[in-house]
Amino acid sequence: MAALTRRSYNLVNRISTTHAYTSHLHRSFSTDTTPFTVETSIPFTSHNCEPPSRSVETSAAELMTFFHDMATMRRMEIAADSLYKSKLIRGFCHLYDGQEAVAIGMEAAITKKDSIITAYRDHCIFLSRGGTLVEAFAELMGRKDGCSKGKGGSMHFYKKDSGFYGGHGIVGAQVPLGIGLAFAQKYNKEDHVSFALYGDGAANQGQLFEALNMAALWDLPAILVCENNHYGMGTAEWRAAKSPAYYKRGDYVPGLKVDGMDALAVKQACKFAKEHALKNGPLILEMDTYRYHGHSMSDPGSTYRTRDEISGIRQERDPIERIRKVILAHDIATEKELKDIEKEKRKVVDEAIAKAKESPMPDPSELFTNVYVKGFGVEACGADRKEVKAVLP
Amino acid sequence: MAMTKIGRSSGTSRFFNICRWTTSLANTTTTTTRDETKILHTTTTSTSSKGGGGTTKSMNLFTAINQALHIALDSHPRTYVFGEDVGFGGVFRCTTGLADRFGKQRVFNTPLCEQGIVGFGIGLAAMGNRAIAEIQFADYIYPAFDQIVNEAAKFRYRSGNQFNCGGLTIRAPYGAVGHGGHYHSQSPEAFFCHVPGIKVVIPRSPREAKGLLLSCIRDPNPVVFFEPKWLYRLAVEEVPEDDYMLPLSQAEVIREGSDITLVGWGAQLAVMEQACADAQKDGISCELIDLKTLIPWDKETVEASVKKTGRLLISHEAPVTGGFAAEISASLVERCFLRLEAPIARVCGLDTPFPLVFEPFYMPTKNKILDAIKATVNY
Repeated sequence: MAALTRRSYNLVNRISTTHAYTSHLHRSFSTDTTPFTVETSIPFTSHNCEPPSRSVETSAAELMTFFHDMATMRRMEIAADSLYKSKLIRGFCHLYDGQEAVAIGMEAAITKKDSIITAYRDHCIFLSRGGTLVEAFAELMGRKDGCSKGKGGSMHFYKKDSGFYGGHGIVGAQVPLGIGLAFAQKYNKEDHVSFALYGDGAANQGQLFEALNMAALWDLPAILVCENNHYGMGTAEWRAAKSPAYYKRGDYVPGLKVDGMDALAVKQACKFAKEHALKNGPLILEMDTYRYHGHSMSDPGSTYRTRDEISGIRQERDPIERIRKVILAHDIATEKELKDIEKEKRKVVDEAIAKAKESPMPDPSELFTNVYVKGFGVEACGADRKEVKAVLP
Repeated sequence: MAMTKIGRSSGTSRFFNICRWTTSLANTTTTTTRDETKILHTTTTSTSSKGGGGTTKSMNLFTAINQALHIALDSHPRTYVFGEDVGFGGVFRCTTGLADRFGKQRVFNTPLCEQGIVGFGIGLAAMGNRAIAEIQFADYIYPAFDQIVNEAAKFRYRSGNQFNCGGLTIRAPYGAVGHGGHYHSQSPEAFFCHVPGIKVVIPRSPREAKGLLLSCIRDPNPVVFFEPKWLYRLAVEEVPEDDYMLPLSQAEVIREGSDITLVGWGAQLAVMEQACADAQKDGISCELIDLKTLIPWDKETVEASVKKTGRLLISHEAPVTGGFAAEISASLVERCFLRLEAPIARVCGLDTPFPLVFEPFYMPTKNKILDAIKATVNY
């Protein structure tokens, strides 16, 4: 076992350093892929369906991937925090640290042909869908090499080739879109599903129920995932919702409540959900998760919740810590190796930031591009109609 | 989410000389002279304020609005304030202290559901109450658009005056803020100006805001009140502490001139004022009008001014095509065609979604306005 871990450490090290600039999330380590099972932290609670088993099949390789990816995400969000404070990132920035397990677990259960659509807390989902750190940071800083060419910013990350439909600023608006994606998948007879993510605040939007009804009526392979971090901006869930049991809100649509801080539980739930959606139509997953930061960078996050609560969750339910414990318990890596990985991620993220900083701002002519389809020839009028008139490219 | 940083992005020609603004406010005289611009002062001739003569206090926009809400709830027991996060004071602090003073039955938070908020407000108003609904950002008002257009605006009309929701006032912060991006900077006033049955009111300063908001709340028609978020902290003025109202549908000439008329509303007026001052140096005398109420708007005041100057320029942050400047332009051409010396100029936002990094290019800045003034005068 020791030889195995030594080997895995060396390989991990080598991969990381050679791919410093294009640090995708590593999906393939040479560590052991022999499956073994791990129990989730708590059993699943279900509504109108049979919950999946608590025993999740995983492997050393997968757990190491989880650790690597979550460490990268955590570092990225913390780096984004300091970039925002030093005014390199402007506008709005909603950080995902604490919720990494949802992104990671979901990705482990699905393929790139399945679609994910989410709200504005999208940096880590972008990464898990295959986005690079450089693209992420460049977009955050509004540079040309960002994933949306610098025109979207923090709230609008997209990745078409891996089915990541973004990145939406208006609360709840992405859910009907997600249902539409599912319809297209069903119509095209693909065996793929769509995950529409939203928060506990958005759960009270009317359009969600419209979308749910349509999905159920037409048996669409749609999975609505409520990332319940218990606070809609500054409002606790019990203040905004008569029934904060979001997984039950589907009524005739079955639901599952999942410990969203346990990547393995998330993986199991998403796997179950995908199978269900392809056979029986929509399902609601409620991920019980938590964000350490405030709603956005303008929110200190401590006026509506106690610091004790935040540090309590950090101590007891942190997703990275949980995976670390599992890894150590199964002797997949040593504590030092894991710490080294985290240190190395720090370096990787810093390098990505440096590279992103080199990217220039988009050209001013980009202000007018992509309003309509290229070549549509619509006239845009500038500030003074006589002087400035452009035909939109 | 509180806007802790309100400032314009660098590299823009739309700068703000905050010192100049606040010192010009130290003056509490109410007469306007040709050379001075008391943009943030209401002249006594154009107000029918009940008060305005008592003690004043220096305060910013959100404090003025807060005072107006306190007065509104105090003076009428069946007035309610509700919206997302209003309980603790709101993301812009406009509703501070209301819940503590008037209780959670009258000042309460709603869940995240704009359509629900406005629909609920219409119902509340239909029962004869004064419902003051807050939409957290004007960018989020669209789910409620159906309720405003189809329910609020037409209720009195289609019920033959049996019912009405005149007690409804919808407040929403609008406008650019320097870094707001697509969804925290929009100016959607034009969409609502197309709806007979509602009123759209936009104040330019703290003193205006307090008086206009009280008028809106007490007006027996549903009103959409857009507050320029950029001015929440930045605009500081002497505001009377008592209960006073400013008339709706009355525009105000805030700077007199003879060569060209400029019409605007909200935060844009400050930019236009700067352009006027610059134009003055080139010998162009500009008359600046604050429209205040966009619908029903005061055509007479603008017409009288254009008949005097013969030239008109309208400026707003919203995109130019289909913006409210188009309506003003068309109406004035109808009324003053033979008097016009030059085509009516519109200096507005570009026809793109409100951009993220390109905000300085998108905005109708002082220099763009100045160029248009000169082009119009030299036509």
